[in-house]
Amino acid sequence: MVMQDAKASPAKGLRGWLLSDSPANAFQARAQNAYVGWLAFRGNPIAMAGLFIVAGLLVVAALAPVLTGGEGLAQNLGNRLKPPSAEHWFGTDELGRDIYQRIIWGSRVTLYIVFLVSIIVMPIGLLVGTIAGYMGGWVDTVLMRITDIFLAFPRLILALAFVSALGPGLENAVIAIAVTTWSPYARLARAEALTVRKSEYILAAQIQGASRWRIVTGHVVPMCLSSIIVRLTLDMAGIILTAAGLGFLGLGAQPPLPEWGVMIATGRAFLLDQWWISTIPGFAILIVSMGFNLLGDGLRDVLDPRSGSEG
Amino acid sequence: MSHSDKTPGVGTGGFPSLRGFAGKIIGFALTLFLTFLGLMAVTFVIGRVLPTDPAMAIVGNRASEEVYQAMRLQLGLDKHLIVQFWIYLASALQGDFGQSIMTARPVVDDIKRFFPATLELATLATIVGVLVGIPMGVLAAVRQGRMIDHVVRVFGLIGYSVPIFWLGMVALLVFYAKLEWLPGPGRYDFYFEGIVEPVTGVILIDSAMAGEWDLFENALGHIILPASMLAFFSLAYIARMTRSFMLDQLNQEYVLTARVKGLPERSVIWGHAFRNVRVQLITVVGLSYAGLLEGSVLTETVFSWPGIGLYITNSLFNADMNAVIGGTVVVGLCFVGINMLSDILYRIVDPRAR
Repeated sequence: MVMQDAKASPAKGLRGWLLSDSPANAFQARAQNAYVGWLAFRGNPIAMAGLFIVAGLLVVAALAPVLTGGEGLAQNLGNRLKPPSAEHWFGTDELGRDIYQRIIWGSRVTLYIVFLVSIIVMPIGLLVGTIAGYMGGWVDTVLMRITDIFLAFPRLILALAFVSALGPGLENAVIAIAVTTWSPYARLARAEALTVRKSEYILAAQIQGASRWRIVTGHVVPMCLSSIIVRLTLDMAGIILTAAGLGFLGLGAQPPLPEWGVMIATGRAFLLDQWWISTIPGFAILIVSMGFNLLGDGLRDVLDPRSGSEG
Repeated sequence: MSHSDKTPGVGTGGFPSLRGFAGKIIGFALTLFLTFLGLMAVTFVIGRVLPTDPAMAIVGNRASEEVYQAMRLQLGLDKHLIVQFWIYLASALQGDFGQSIMTARPVVDDIKRFFPATLELATLATIVGVLVGIPMGVLAAVRQGRMIDHVVRVFGLIGYSVPIFWLGMVALLVFYAKLEWLPGPGRYDFYFEGIVEPVTGVILIDSAMAGEWDLFENALGHIILPASMLAFFSLAYIARMTRSFMLDQLNQEYVLTARVKGLPERSVIWGHAFRNVRVQLITVVGLSYAGLLEGSVLTETVFSWPGIGLYITNSLFNADMNAVIGGTVVVGLCFVGINMLSDILYRIVDPRAR
């Protein structure tokens, strides 16, 4: 459709370069792919809504010092349990801390968790999956057995047990979540690697004498990356919810860190009379995890039209 | 509680090298055995190898060196790790997870007491999830792109984006504290304590069997909120998967054929398309049920529901590792068992997967 438009009237400038029928070099071809992908993405309102929310989260986290006067840690006991007002938009908690400030700074904690889990889970899943898929044979069998075992585990309970053994804390919660979530990525990467393994460019690399390690990291892993990223985006909401749940139980981030799950837990004692303490962080979690879900759905529709949910 | 997209029928397959029916049975048993061994190994590592010192947890850090060493000997911590694992495995197979520090009773007895409450909650939630989620998903697929489709999708989106413990708190605030429509936390009001002898442990069944309809009504009132929270999650997942399976089927040519033949729409949808979806849904419902069994941890905490989740979290805060590990293993076994069961069912119902 877009391509035809470009053919009908050869457009000039960047757009024309991005949509021309005959890319002059590899860079232009890649840029075109990205641009066409972006066009499809932009036309998908669900994906755009998700992108908007996730981008909003990033902006809020980056601008936290600008948006707030403090780090949400300053106590003011004379000002405790105040309902939302012009001065304190979301009210104050039991120690007189401004909830608006804590929500804003809490976005950094959420991003930190999301980031840490991603950089642990992605490499493990990719490596296990691509090695299993590319090597095949007994390596494949052994690695996939281990993956299946982890796949069959109840995640939250296992994360709970892990945290209880390691001791409560944000980093331990992240490790516990990572240990219990890497397995689907290994399966996914293996499935992709299996389809790639037989392709001719892999054969070409083998003939050129590339080592197995080089083929796996240089030629197989990049092909698996997009589906892994989509899956990670879709899982992100679950990761955020688990982290918040661990925080809520007192096993994740520890007070006074402004983590949203912890904030909900502290508000529990005041729920009947001071509803805002628990309610507002809950909305923050809901919006952010919804954003990741929308973005993941949209990304999947764009990058992988086969499994698309048709609009 | 995040199991957004698992393809049905994979994940617990047999060994590819084994062929034939007998090979499949052997592969299946082997998978089950390996998964069990893996579960035991991981829980062993958590309970024995990671930092917490089990002997220290029991005697406390003010105990003398002799008492501490005696406890180490009693727990067998002086033996080689492999030997320890073997002992752990052997006693677990006999249903022995040691004593709970908190309740001073065998962990197994505690689990027997707490588990039915979780089962009751998860089962009720799954029933609601299936009865509401499947029609919702089918309706959304049939009316794709229309208002009802969008409503179902947004509803589902909220269902798997919302922190369930928070939703439970808000529900308590609204329906219990403000509107006073429903009773508060717990399984029943305290003055019903001890009225019926636990037979099954499932309070709704026990009270109905004993003819204690007051208690039945009270317990039913108490279970509505926590069960709805879990059901919301379950039906969001089931509706989403049903919708996507149905869309796949409705685009097939046999559906077109059926329509061209002039079959009534209801028969096309339920008699043709849904019949094929049914098979895939077994796995989805199984996954969601297993997910609820473990996912009820947070809900139970919010609603003070005396189930296995509350037991595990309470034990956690008392450094009662025996109880934590015992509970984890039992939930893990149920989880694995349900997944296996749905996999077997899937193979029985779908001839292609045999």
